[in-house]
Amino acid sequence: MTIEDIQNEIIDEFSMFDDWEERYQYMIDLGKELPLIDDQYKTDSNIIKGCQSKVWVHAEMKDDKLQFTADSDAIITKGIIAILIRAFSNQHPKDIIDADTSFIDKIGLKEHLSPTRANGLVSMVKQLKMYAIAYQTQLN
Amino acid sequence: MFNVEKIRKDFPILSRKVNGKPLVYFDNAATSQTPQQVIDAIVNYYHNYNANIHRGVHTLSQEATDLYEQSRQKIQKHFHAKFSHEIIFTSGTTHGINLVANGFTSILKKGDDIIVSALEHHSNIVPWQMLCERTGANLKVIPMNNEGELVMSEYEKLLSKNTKLVFVNHISNALGTINPIEYIIEKAHDIGAAVLIDGAQACPHIKPDVQALDVDFYVASAHKMCGPTGVGILYGKEAWLKKLPPYQGGGEMIAEVTFEKTTYADLPHKFEAGTPNIAGGIVFGAAIDYMNNIGFDAIAKYENELLEYATEKLLQIDSLKIYGTAKNKTSVISFNLKGIHPYDVGSILDKLGIAVRTGHHCAQPIMDYYKIPGTIRASFAFYNTKAEIDALVAGVKKAKMMLS
Repeated sequence: MTIEDIQNEIIDEFSMFDDWEERYQYMIDLGKELPLIDDQYKTDSNIIKGCQSKVWVHAEMKDDKLQFTADSDAIITKGIIAILIRAFSNQHPKDIIDADTSFIDKIGLKEHLSPTRANGLVSMVKQLKMYAIAYQTQLN
Repeated sequence: MFNVEKIRKDFPILSRKVNGKPLVYFDNAATSQTPQQVIDAIVNYYHNYNANIHRGVHTLSQEATDLYEQSRQKIQKHFHAKFSHEIIFTSGTTHGINLVANGFTSILKKGDDIIVSALEHHSNIVPWQMLCERTGANLKVIPMNNEGELVMSEYEKLLSKNTKLVFVNHISNALGTINPIEYIIEKAHDIGAAVLIDGAQACPHIKPDVQALDVDFYVASAHKMCGPTGVGILYGKEAWLKKLPPYQGGGEMIAEVTFEKTTYADLPHKFEAGTPNIAGGIVFGAAIDYMNNIGFDAIAKYENELLEYATEKLLQIDSLKIYGTAKNKTSVISFNLKGIHPYDVGSILDKLGIAVRTGHHCAQPIMDYYKIPGTIRASFAFYNTKAEIDALVAGVKKAKMMLS
């Protein structure tokens, strides 16, 4: 599936929810399923700055595709990063770099989350794209 | 007679909704809400008196200057300072601390000690670290115990002939502990050290008497006392303020300027360079009037009731732990749910219209002591109600259910 397909799938899933409670409960559940980062990668240099809770992201290439694993000490944050990883993991770096991120608004994440967390969300997207740029440079 | 329902009508913001729910504002330790009387004072200033002060010969400037100076006298009376020129208008508590820290640069020598407490806000740690870097002085820290109280026996051990300055907050912003500043001041004076007290968290609850305390410097912010942001005061004993050099150069702080030499203005203007926050200074006086009309004894009594009620109700929640259990504390409750990040709880509470603070509260050393990333902090003011506390307790229970 392309990044766009996955994003549309996520938008569909979120459109089924009537209120914030269901939305949050779903994010919390997603957080619980997050592919956990290997402990050796939970280092200070893998922490994303700009989040009130701690978020670690690790990236590695497999068959020209970028794989992300992550963790956070806060469960809602974990849910957010799980959604981002689902959209961007196992994709070619170039597709990640080019990907549109407006789906975040469409699932009501950006407007429904507190300003400080919204900043964290922006930082997370930026970090995933930075990894993609770094690996793309290696491929070139 | 203290009537919370009547008081709440003074605060327009308390009737708004947040995320479709009635606002429950429990972030009073970060900033207090503003009553209509104070909002009116802001409007009145701009409608009728806006002018630069201490300069113009015209009537408007004179009237604005009078209002500004009357406010200074009001603040002097409130803090019971000996002279009105001992009250320096600042942009807030942090500004006042930096003003004193900067002034001590020329007083301290290598090998001198500055003592601070383990309960300090970051804004109270960093200026002293910078001062130590400039002067070669050492920073020593009064440790805290598990209840969140400063250990006085350790404080006494830190005091020596090298101690030049002691700096402690009156009340901890993260835990609400009321520190024994009378004792701290007395012991520091015994060895000839000066004391600066940060009253930012205390002034919304207590009316400090700077002469009775015999404190050398005391700082506070208007925005925690129902006043506007961007204005505060530094109280300093006259002798100390005369001794400290000016902090910033500019207009208003000078007596005479030639290119060879400038002579500085008298107190308080020596420390008030440039056009000040005139509206802020005047309205600070209106905020103090508002709080005094309700009365600090009535405020303290009511807030203490809220604190006891909330503590009891919150502790009924399984796995909830309160940090900061000092015998002497103000209406602040810092807590966590076991195994749940404070940020998650804060996010759910926000959806329910309940404003709390989450995080380390700019007091990382305290969080390190308890080995936690942060806490959820609910801080109550005299315009809060038990019904709002019930909403908080229900919200915490809901968050716990959703997040477990």
